[in-house]
Amino acid sequence: MSPQRDAGTAAVAAVENVAARIEAEREHLTDLDSAIGDADHGGNMARGWQAAADAVSDLEDPDIETVVKTAGKTLLSEVGGASGPLYGGSLVFASAELEDGLTAESAVAFAETYLEKVQDRGDASVGDKTMVDALVPAVHTFKKSVETDDLHPLEALAKAVAAAEHGVSFTVPIRAAKGRASYLGWRSVGHQDPGATSTLYIMEELLATAADHLDTDVPSADASSPTSPDAEATEE
Amino acid sequence: MVGLVVVSHSHTAAEGIVEIAAEMAGETNIEPVGGDGDGGIGTVPDDIESTLATADDGDGVVVLVDLGSAVMNAEVAIEMSDVEAVIADAPVLEGAVNAAVAATSPDATLSSVREQAEAARDIDKL
Repeated sequence: MSPQRDAGTAAVAAVENVAARIEAEREHLTDLDSAIGDADHGGNMARGWQAAADAVSDLEDPDIETVVKTAGKTLLSEVGGASGPLYGGSLVFASAELEDGLTAESAVAFAETYLEKVQDRGDASVGDKTMVDALVPAVHTFKKSVETDDLHPLEALAKAVAAAEHGVSFTVPIRAAKGRASYLGWRSVGHQDPGATSTLYIMEELLATAADHLDTDVPSADASSPTSPDAEATEE
Repeated sequence: MVGLVVVSHSHTAAEGIVEIAAEMAGETNIEPVGGDGDGGIGTVPDDIESTLATADDGDGVVVLVDLGSAVMNAEVAIEMSDVEAVIADAPVLEGAVNAAVAATSPDATLSSVREQAEAARDIDKL
């Protein structure tokens, strides 16, 4: 099997794994969203990702760009809330970075473009209590790990997941400035952001899928990262 | 003639806003869109895109939106659409009424209608 065909197969598996994980976390995401939002995140995400998994498994010998674009387009049309344009729209847009296949460099470009689109579409910055709080540290960590520290992409991804996990924790004590939670003002303080949480779940599944397809163990983030990746990610 | 599209999380709300704005709209084409497509609350870019096409007669469309994801899904719809459309940064009901009036002007343009919709941000109620 060619490396790029293999990347396409891995991408299909990643979308399927994300769909299964989101379904498993559906109630938890809904509970988080009930506290500070409109209680639709679990249901919207589960419906959208299941549709995306169905759509990508119907593709014949797809390359990774096609898989990512198809998943994004499906999310766009199936998710009735902000997750559609944020997750789906950004995946469609960033999929172009994978046109020549998956390499450490194209993965960094994909992550950066995805982040850029999420921030642009949601008009959110770090500290607004959104998925951006998980995404910015994750993407920055991934880029530095690949480009500056010259780590193996899988190790870089493990560090990025650890960084996203910190970002999710960071959303708990802060006041929401964007999204439905911002209508609650100070009452949003003390609650974990659902979008940051689902972003972490997706990243954990990407890591687990990548490790699975490279047939290696998920590397633990080293001592310079304060925590190791979530144990759940290693169970896949 | 510049067309109008009202996007709300609730199709019922979008229809109601159109009902109010249409009183002032004369011949203006003003179309509601909203809901998640299954009778629930939400917005869907594909639905917004097809409504843009319905509202457009060649002079473009000004789009009024309610909350968060309505804005984002309207942006996505506009990017996908061939229709020249702009979102007015305005309160959805007052903006729709203002835009409906502005669109009836014989020399109305996409930017003049949008500008009038956005003037609704400064309306004092008390």
